[in-house]
Order: sequence, then structure tokens, then C-alpha cells
Amino acid sequence: MSFLRFFIARILTVLVVLSAVILMTISLLGTSMDDILKTSIKQDVVLAVTQDTKLSSNFKNLQDRQHYIDNQIKGTIHAEGLDESWYSPRSMGTKFLKTMTLDLGRARFLTSDSGSQQVSNIILEKLPKTILLFSTSTIIITFIGLYLGAFSANRIGSLVDRFTSAAAIFSSSAPVFVVGVFMILVFAYFYQVLPARATPLTPPTDPYYVIDLLYHMILPLATIILTGFGAWAYITRSLVVNILNEDFIAVKRSQGISEKKIIYSHALKNAAPPVIITVALSLSASLSGALIFETIFNWPGMGLLYFNAINLRDTPVILGQTYVLVLIFLITNFIVDIIYGLIDPRVKLL
Amino acid sequence: MSFKAVSNYQIIHEFKNSKIGLFGIAILFFLICISIYAVLAIPLDSYRQWNNPNYWINYPKAAMPAWINIFSSQKQPEHLMLDKPIISQQVEEGTVTVKNTYKFLFNYDFFPSDFMLNYAVQYGVIPPIVTIQLTRPDGNTFELVSKSLPSAEGNMSSFYDTIYSTQEDIKHNLRSYLHKFSYDVDDSRPEQMLFSSQSGPRVLKGQYMLTQSFTFFNGEDHVLNSQLIVGGKVYGLLGTDELRRDLSVGLLWGTPIALLIGLSVSILSILIGSVYGVMAAYKGKRIEQGMMMIVQFFVSIPTIPILIIFSVSIGQSIFLIIGFLIIFSSVGQALVSRSMGLQIKNFQYVEASKLLGERDTKIVFRHILPQLVPYLFANIALSVPGAILGEAGLSFFGLGDPTIPTWGQIFHDAQTFSATARGLWWWILPPGIMIGITGFAFVLIGYTLESLVIPKKKGNRSQ
Repeated sequence: MSFLRFFIARILTVLVVLSAVILMTISLLGTSMDDILKTSIKQDVVLAVTQDTKLSSNFKNLQDRQHYIDNQIKGTIHAEGLDESWYSPRSMGTKFLKTMTLDLGRARFLTSDSGSQQVSNIILEKLPKTILLFSTSTIIITFIGLYLGAFSANRIGSLVDRFTSAAAIFSSSAPVFVVGVFMILVFAYFYQVLPARATPLTPPTDPYYVIDLLYHMILPLATIILTGFGAWAYITRSLVVNILNEDFIAVKRSQGISEKKIIYSHALKNAAPPVIITVALSLSASLSGALIFETIFNWPGMGLLYFNAINLRDTPVILGQTYVLVLIFLITNFIVDIIYGLIDPRVKLL
Repeated sequence: MSFKAVSNYQIIHEFKNSKIGLFGIAILFFLICISIYAVLAIPLDSYRQWNNPNYWINYPKAAMPAWINIFSSQKQPEHLMLDKPIISQQVEEGTVTVKNTYKFLFNYDFFPSDFMLNYAVQYGVIPPIVTIQLTRPDGNTFELVSKSLPSAEGNMSSFYDTIYSTQEDIKHNLRSYLHKFSYDVDDSRPEQMLFSSQSGPRVLKGQYMLTQSFTFFNGEDHVLNSQLIVGGKVYGLLGTDELRRDLSVGLLWGTPIALLIGLSVSILSILIGSVYGVMAAYKGKRIEQGMMMIVQFFVSIPTIPILIIFSVSIGQSIFLIIGFLIIFSSVGQALVSRSMGLQIKNFQYVEASKLLGERDTKIVFRHILPQLVPYLFANIALSVPGAILGEAGLSFFGLGDPTIPTWGQIFHDAQTFSATARGLWWWILPPGIMIGITGFAFVLIGYTLESLVIPKKKGNRSQ
């Protein structure tokens, strides 16, 4: 019963936040969005009439045609609720529903690689690249973090332990984009061993595309891992240190199980779930940090798209992307919350 | 988080024994010194003019820092901007001759990229005559320019002019000195011919002397100002960027601004967040639930995309950015201080003062919040890097305040001119290092404070 309440409360939070974000963006950018939508409707109608040869032959003269086009435009604008001001309930309702159902409209300048102008197509093309880079790096970071953390928890005060603490401080003070630029300067400019541009030059249809992509991924991946692993190692370390003081570990020790086995299989097993959940949470949060990062490496993901959209003031793309990012953030948090709620009943209290 | 009461005296005492904490304080002190130096020593004008291309017109384009010469055997010419000539005056019957003499050492292995003379004179009806001569270390004197200025439009009008090395009349005048060179010197590049040795295409090192003399025919004519620029490839402590701006100015001015952003955001957000959280914990029941729901709402919003939307739609003022950052970073503190407030609220002295009939606000501000002060200091220090990074991130996207030079903005400009791909390291590394160092200092201080305040998790194998 109480879990059901927790579940419903979480879903409600997600919905409320989502609607609030959409309403806020509509009210902040509503007027300029309306103008953009109107121009794109005009283009659509003219294009449709020109391409439809049957219809074109029916017109007696140019005036007739223009009259028809004007009527069509008027009709569509009315249907979309654009003839009213942005704060009218009907206009807002249409926009709200459209955004909710991921109908994000048409970009002003940007296109996807396949040439589509639909914002949702552009985002669908870029999103997997971002996910590829960041999920790979997160998995690697989690592994390094868990093992390094467990290792230094075993030897508090040793050289490795001090290295872990130093890496943790480095993690929290060195911005990932600054480190990224340093890496590019060193490995792509002074010693030209790795490519600075992360976008592969071979076309996606090429069989070597995957290899090329991985080769271009080395530098950004190395940067994320270098700046990320310290914090996780430090968190794991303190968790494992706590677990090592628990009674069940003392029992295992008295049973004569080797220290190595205690640390890596028993203590780490208990420390892993919270670490992995925190990593998952921070992954969705780091999506925003990824924005800057991708721009520096020219990685063709969401971040670069954001950068280009802002520079070109392509409002539909900015809005669509913000919505998708908020959605991903909320869904990840929701799933993690539910899993956490199932594992740890104390969370429900909040 | 378990709660432990610590006195401020204890913290100061223990902080003094922490090496990394003191190291953090030392870096912070250094940054504050830079800020004070920037505010006092560098004219306020330079920061206001940061985005005005005319202000930087006399500076070199994408020049490396001058100290690079120490590390290479081939010395790059330094960019010289001389505006304090030796002035001498000669009066002859009816005419006054004013001589501005610039002496400069040219001991570099490469020719200057160009040179130019900016000057302004004020004269009456009869225009003055200007001649420019360059005396080289080998004793030869070349006459570059000899011309009469255009006749005045009115009485005592000001005349501004710039003489460039690429000007046709300089090339023309230099042709008469071609015989002095024993090799085939390129007379279309005056800056090379003038600074070249007579025997071959090498730089003639030594002291050069450029004399600009004005012959005035009216008693009240005078030179307003004059400046010689010998274009070089290295300049100053940190070089210049593609837009000719002196990077050391931008970097110095960035320091107080970064500290202002970091400290104001962290202090205000921690204060607001903790008062809010403690208030919620103390009030309890419905009010607490309501207040925490608002916090939950803000926690669920990803910061950077929303900040981007705000900047795109509302505006790009630095104070707006600070305001947004405060709202978004006070949320986390509200959650933490609520859980602490829940513990303190049940302490006996709080209950006692409640029974004595003290007002709620007084209990919160006088009895509960002071207990949190040490934690607040640690959190303030730890949230400074986040605030600086937040601003740097926005500036990096080109959404920062365009009127103020910040480290993030220098980084953004470098990215726009693809400085990484061109290897303009002096443009990218310094702002990055400064952002890193500032974050580092506060993280060190924060970690030290935190480890003093939060009970240590002691644990080792022998236990």
C-alpha cells in the first residue's frame, strides 16, 4: 500500500515538473515560436500546392491560385490556434499536447544528416551518439571506481589510497571541458597521435565506420574517465570502509575466508548497488555537462546540436532539445527512485 | 548525516594543522591579491573596452607570450608600442622644428611583421612638413617619408594620421637606397629592407632610432600625440588573441568576477537553502511537506538546459545568471539542512526555549542555525567551483554577459576561432588553468572543513 502511494507520488512529480517546464518555455518563448510556426505553415502550403499538379491545373489564373493558398494558410493557422495570442487557452493547449506527444515541429536552419528538418528526427539522430559516448564511459568509470575504491579501502593510508584521494579532489575541481581541451592540445596538436575532431570522416554505410568511430572516441572517452573516476573511487572507498566494520564481515573473517575474497566479493557486493545507482543518477545529471564537452570534441551528439542551435538561434531545436533532456532526466530519476524505493524502504519517508 | 557539535575555535585551531587546507587558503589569498591588483592597477577602461575592436587596434593579432623567447634559440620579435618619444625643439627664423625620437633595441632573429606611426597635430593656415628618418645600428640613415600635411580646414584644426609601413611613398623613397645592399633586397617589403643587414637577408641587430620631425610655420602649432608601433609576433605576459585583445587584461579582470560569482552564489544559496530547510524541519507537518514538495520540484529539473532557456529568452545579464544559479544551487542545501534541523529540533534546549514562549523565528535563527554554521562554511567552500563552472558553461555557449570579460567567455572566443585546432595554446590554457585553480583552492578548503566537522569514519583491518 505504502509502496503504491510512493509510486503514484513519484509519477505525479514527474508529470507536474514536465508540465511546468513546458508551460514555462511556452510563456518565455511563445511569441517568437508563433512567428516561426506561421512561416513554416506558409512554406508548407505553398509547397503542397506547387507539387500537386492536378490541383495546379484547376486554377484559372494566378489570382485564383493565390486566393486558394491564402485560404489554406488561414485555415491551418486557425486549426493550430496560431491566430490567437500565445496565452489563449486553445493555442496553449495545442502546443502543450504537441510537445507532450514529441511533435516538436520544424527547425529553422538545422537539418539532420539525412536532410530532414523535423526537430524530432534531428534529435533522434543525435541522441544515440551521446548515449553511446556517455554510457561507455560510465561503465568504465564504475568499474575503475569500484575496484580502485575497494583496493584503497583495504589499505588506508597507502600510496594507492592517497592517489585515490588526490584523484577525487582532481575530479571535483577540474572541469571536464578544460581537461578535454588540454588533451586535444597534447595528443592532437603537439603529438599528433589521435584525432581532435571526434566526428568520423567515413560515411555511416562504410563497413569500417564502427572502427573509425571507436578510434575517434578514444580521446573524449579518456577525458571523461580521467576526470570522473576519482570521485567514484572515493565514494566506494568510504562505503567499503563502513561495510568492513559490519558484523557479518567479522563473521566471515572468523571463518577464515581470505581477506582478498572478503573485500572483493563480500564487501564490494554490498557497496556496488548504491554506487551504481548514484552513478546512474549522476549520468542523467552529467548530460548537461556533456553539452559543453561534446562541443569541444566535435562529437556529433546532443551537445554539439545545442551549441549550433544556440548560435543560430534556432528556437524550435533549442526547445525540443530542452524538452527531451528534461524528459530523459526525469525518467532516469524516476526509474532509479523506484528501484531504490524497492531496495531501501527508508527512501519512501521523504 | 550524524550531527556533532563543534566550536568555531576548535575548527580554526585544527584548520591550522591541516596542510592541504592551508594550501587552499594560500591559493585563495593569491587569487584575492590578483583581484585587488586588477581593480587597482589596471584601468577600468580596459575591461569596459574588452569587446570594442577599436581599443585593441594597435595590438598584434594572435601573438604568443613574450617569455616564449627564453625557450627558443631563434628569438621572435616582440611587439613594441612606444608612446614616450624624446622630444626636442629647435627655433629658427619663423619656423619651429619639433623632433620626436624613438630609440629601441631590435635584437631578434626575425623581421618585424610591420610598423606604423600614429600621430596627431594641431596647426593653423600653413600646413607643417613631416619627415621620418630611421637611423640603423650600422650608421645608415634612411628617409622614409617627407611630406606636407593637407592644408587646414579652419584655424587651428586637429589632424590625425597613421603612416603604415606598406604605404606606397615609403616603398618609393626606399628604392633610392637599394644600392646600399649587396644582395637583391625585396623593396616591396619595407619592414624587411629597413631591418635587414647590408650583406644578406639577415636581421641587423642593435639599437634603431626613428626620428619624426615636424616643421611648423605658425607660432602656435604643436604635436598632440605620437606613437610608434613595431609589429611583432610575441607580446606581453600572456599574448593576445585573434581579436588583438591583450589576454592578460582579460584574465586579470576575470579573477575578481569569478570570485564574485562563485562567492555570491555559494554564500547566498547556502544561506537561503539552510534557512529554508531548517524552517521546514522546525515547522513540521503540512508546512514541511509543502515546502519540501517545492524543493522536490526544483531537484527534478536539470539545471543547464533550463538556464539556457532563461538566457535565450530573458537576457544575458551577469546578475540574472547569478540569480538563477542561486535558486538552483540552494535546493540541495535545503534538503541537507532539513535533515540536520530535524535532529537539532529535538534537543532539550530547543524544547526549553519553545516552552519559554520564544518566537519561532528567534528559535530558528538564534538556537538552531548557529549549530549549523561550521557545516555551512564547508558547504559554501564546496559549492564555489560549481557556481564558477555554471557561469563558465553558460559563457561557453555564448550566453554569458557580453559586457564583462570572464574566463568562460575567453574560452568561448577561443573555441569560436578554433584555437585548439590551430594550436593557439596561450589562448586556451590560461583561462582553463585559472578555472581549475580556483576550483581546486575551494575544494581543498571545503574538504578540510568537512573532515573537521563530520565525525571521521574510522576503520581499518585490525578492528
